[in-house]
Amino acid sequence: MEEIPKIKGFRRENGRVGIRNHVAILAVDDISNAATEGVAHVIHGVLPLPHAYGRLQFGEDLELFFRTMIGTGANPNVAAVIVIGIEPGWTGRIVDGIARTGKPVTGFSIERNGDLKTIEAASRKAQEYVQWASELAREECSLHEVYVSVKCGESDTTTGLASCPTVGHVVDRVVAIGGTASFGETSELTGAEHIVQNRAATAEVGEAFLKTFTEYQDFINRHKTDDLSESQPTKGNIRGGLTTIEEKAMGNIQKIGKHAQYVGVLKPAEAPTGRGLWFMDTSSAAAEAVTLWAASGAVVHLFPTGQGNVIGNPIEPVIKISGNFLTCKTMSEHIDLDVSRILTGEMTLDQAGEELLNLTVRTCNGRLTAAEALGHREFVMTKLYRSA
Amino acid sequence: MRQFLVHDIRDNVGVAVVDISGGQVISGTTLDGGHALQVTAGEAISLGHKIALKDLKPGDTVIKYGEDIGKVVANIQTGQHVHVHNLKTKRW
Repeated sequence: MEEIPKIKGFRRENGRVGIRNHVAILAVDDISNAATEGVAHVIHGVLPLPHAYGRLQFGEDLELFFRTMIGTGANPNVAAVIVIGIEPGWTGRIVDGIARTGKPVTGFSIERNGDLKTIEAASRKAQEYVQWASELAREECSLHEVYVSVKCGESDTTTGLASCPTVGHVVDRVVAIGGTASFGETSELTGAEHIVQNRAATAEVGEAFLKTFTEYQDFINRHKTDDLSESQPTKGNIRGGLTTIEEKAMGNIQKIGKHAQYVGVLKPAEAPTGRGLWFMDTSSAAAEAVTLWAASGAVVHLFPTGQGNVIGNPIEPVIKISGNFLTCKTMSEHIDLDVSRILTGEMTLDQAGEELLNLTVRTCNGRLTAAEALGHREFVMTKLYRSA
Repeated sequence: MRQFLVHDIRDNVGVAVVDISGGQVISGTTLDGGHALQVTAGEAISLGHKIALKDLKPGDTVIKYGEDIGKVVANIQTGQHVHVHNLKTKRW
């Protein structure tokens, strides 16, 4: 058994380990954003999470909405939650879902109160929460208790050569020590789906992956108006030398390492039910996908980039790795780990992987990522179709 | 100093790891370091872009990572730039 690195994290009421200590102000719906941000203007140190949806959604789209909202509040990087919605019904459903973790959570609704009374009442509770959370201390935990998600963005050919296999090294290590990790980007596995299917722990899991993959292909084929060469690969991918989705997919899957086998297939924002590597059905758009992983409980994200995707997430820190020396030079403030020396042969993948593992531990211990320092808090809900 | 890398010995393209100018004789290696290759660049090729290691004709398959990454849609000579003008997806 490999030695398991120690980290200093926050152990939550349900035993889960977080690496940040946010008091989140969660908007249930678009029209509650003003009150949500109002609380953040009054109380220092809270994390407002406004977003664009939450009204008249239905069916599978509504289920995904609740899973994302509840999962975001339940994430172990969040100490306590204020939920603000226009009416008490859906607000209460989200409060009840988050309360199952045992963490402090209170809901407020705007109808029959107005924004101002809501902001006052929510601010009083938020003040109580931030002062309480400020006394929570980090304690010794193990890296295998930290749920890691992986996804790349603005890829180029250097991601397949350097930054994605560097992440793959860490994924192999995390799984080997009994940890939990998740990959996804269903559409962006096109051309490599046969390889991904064969990396499943069992034939049944491989079949479940292929079913999810095929459904996403059918969805794309139903809505496409061209060969997607204006969108996937992106203009940034093409500028960086990637030509086809098949080539992009082959680079993408370097992130899942050489050995790890995934043990299950998750719906968007669904939490893993055990340890090991998990496939999650996500789009390949960075902010949408990372928001889904944070809602599934992931507490740290490893993000290889070639051309320089600048994404961050309010809940889970996003660590950026690049093997493109031009990007590392021109966008240095965004890159946490420069692995471009792999291209010149001055650094091995194993060395890069160990550096990333070390940086992941430091990030778990509290070191801010570049995206956190730059204030990147992209919180983007995945919406499956129009509202009713 | 290597100028390009090849993921797999079966590949018919390499990836420039520096900016390459046309006419330059360039050296590359497979990722495992097991095979050294040399070609003459037919044109300028930017960092991260692909260079043909073989002559390819329309209908041929471009192999990278030892896998199919799309179909050739215009004649490509060894040392030329392989990108959206001569390589297309077989999907979507």
